Amino acid sequence: MAIRTLDVPIRDTLAEARGWGGALWLFVKKNPLGAAGGLLMLLLILAAVLAEVLATHNPIRTSNRVLVAPGAEFWLGTDNLGRDLWSRVVYGSRISLLVGVASTLLGAVTGGLVGLVSGYVGGKTDLLAQRLMDIMQALPILVLALVMAAALGPSLTNTIIAISVVIAPRAARVVRASVLAIREFIYIEAAHALGGGHGRVAFRHILPNTFGPFVVLVTAQLGGAILAEAALSFLGLGVPEPFPSWGRMLSIAAAEYATKAPWLVIYPGLAISLAVFGTNLLGDALRDTLDPRLRGS
Amino acid sequence: MRVYIFKRLVIAGVTLLGMSILIFVLMRLAPGNITDMIFESAGYVDEADRRKLEAELGIDQPVPIQYVRWLGEFLRGDLGKSYRYDLPAWDVIKPRLPVTLELAVLALGFSVLLGVPAGVISAVRRGRLLDYALRVLSLAGLSMPSFWLGMIVILLLVRSLGFIPSMTYVSPFENLGANLFQFLLPGLAVGYRSSALIMRITRSTMLEVLREDYIRTAWAKGQRETQVVWRHALKNASLPVITLIGIEFAFLIGGLIVTETVFNLPGVARYLVDAIQVRDYPIVQNLVMLIAVVVVMANLTVDLLYTWLDPRIKYGKA
Repeated sequence: MAIRTLDVPIRDTLAEARGWGGALWLFVKKNPLGAAGGLLMLLLILAAVLAEVLATHNPIRTSNRVLVAPGAEFWLGTDNLGRDLWSRVVYGSRISLLVGVASTLLGAVTGGLVGLVSGYVGGKTDLLAQRLMDIMQALPILVLALVMAAALGPSLTNTIIAISVVIAPRAARVVRASVLAIREFIYIEAAHALGGGHGRVAFRHILPNTFGPFVVLVTAQLGGAILAEAALSFLGLGVPEPFPSWGRMLSIAAAEYATKAPWLVIYPGLAISLAVFGTNLLGDALRDTLDPRLRGS
Repeated sequence: MRVYIFKRLVIAGVTLLGMSILIFVLMRLAPGNITDMIFESAGYVDEADRRKLEAELGIDQPVPIQYVRWLGEFLRGDLGKSYRYDLPAWDVIKPRLPVTLELAVLALGFSVLLGVPAGVISAVRRGRLLDYALRVLSLAGLSMPSFWLGMIVILLLVRSLGFIPSMTYVSPFENLGANLFQFLLPGLAVGYRSSALIMRITRSTMLEVLREDYIRTAWAKGQRETQVVWRHALKNASLPVITLIGIEFAFLIGGLIVTETVFNLPGVARYLVDAIQVRDYPIVQNLVMLIAVVVVMANLTVDLLYTWLDPRIKYGKA
């Protein structure tokens, strides 16, 4: 086998980057779009953490001041039950972030473990696991999540579980593919020769090297998970009242009062779109950085 | 080739069989059964009546027997009975099929018409402003919930034109113009999202193909840019795009669920949501299974199309 020169620009990431600050600056310079996505994500996290400070009203307390237009007192107006929309959108970031992150992590970790075992063990286990993943991917994301949510009943935890079930097979695919490649490396043979047991080789030597594609997958799925929560809640099968979920906000009030109070439609949807846009921008940039084979795709 | 087709068929069959078990188990997990629902609406529960009904419906039987019976009925094309409409399920689904089909075809058409040219242009103008603009635009499409996009479009129409789109379904046989007008916006709302995925895959495969030797030869021969890009390059870049269109089909159905709800179109996808909300579980079970069959068949067709389109791929020994 001929030795190929690396066409990955190592210089960029190693020599120029001095510490975390330097690495961060380099990322911003190389990926302005990714940095913008990171900024959006940061805003989302800040809104979730500082919801008490940022909110001007109680997000779930109703009042008789219904459908007030956006103004000085109610920044984004009020809904049909007299609740302040700005405060609801701010608190909604918690639900979106919680469901998005929790379901993605739950799905990615379970799927990742399945992928690791099926790729490492191979044979019948692999075949069985792969068929199982095929089955779970034979349904559109929303249909499976919908059926899961219907079977489990609408609640915050069940929404997280329903969405994670959809993400797991994707994670399994990605991790399995990289395990299959890593398994053939000579250092794995060396690890075995040195007396490393299967568990040790799989978790200490193979697992860390699947991290790049894994991170790429997690960021890519995060946006999808936030969208899935919004859609489920919109259909009334996701996060129930009184939690202020962006998707739920769009379903009850928005359709009925859309022409009278367009702010009810505009702002929660804008919040969903910006949050997902942020994760997608960041996900793309991370993929380019961590997985150069996929650059620009 | 024949071996390959056979293998693919077996895998599709196994997938669908597994799917049926998964759906069946999930539906058993759901709280309450159909008799609860029927008696709930009646307002009182007579235990004897209830047991009689359970025996009639066969849900007093052991679960494996219920499963085999359901599968047998499904394979014979018997989709059960809708308790809500008190009609055979097929009679409820049949008039809804063309609605969903029309929407799906329109959306798929829009996604290809928007996605492929955008991907090609973006690849040719790589790193330029136009490339960035198109990529941001497509990523925005992936980020917006399609139901929200639909609502915003309706809102804009009402605001700017003072015009309210018809909220009752018009059959294409009654009034083709009104029907197309009604389907245009939901089709675009779903198609825009799918076009983003198609644009991204088109762009990345075009970038790869444009680096090939034969493209350089075409340039060297002095061919015009349109010839090189749209004839020589796109032809070879279109394979992954076709695969994606097959996968897209599955995503489309997901998008249709919320879009049919927003635009008040009486399609199959919306019926599924209705059935879930009124806990008409036998219908949910059959509809989901039906969707799974459609998706698996779509993927199978694309796989087989792939070998036919690209003779370099030999799957016989795979």
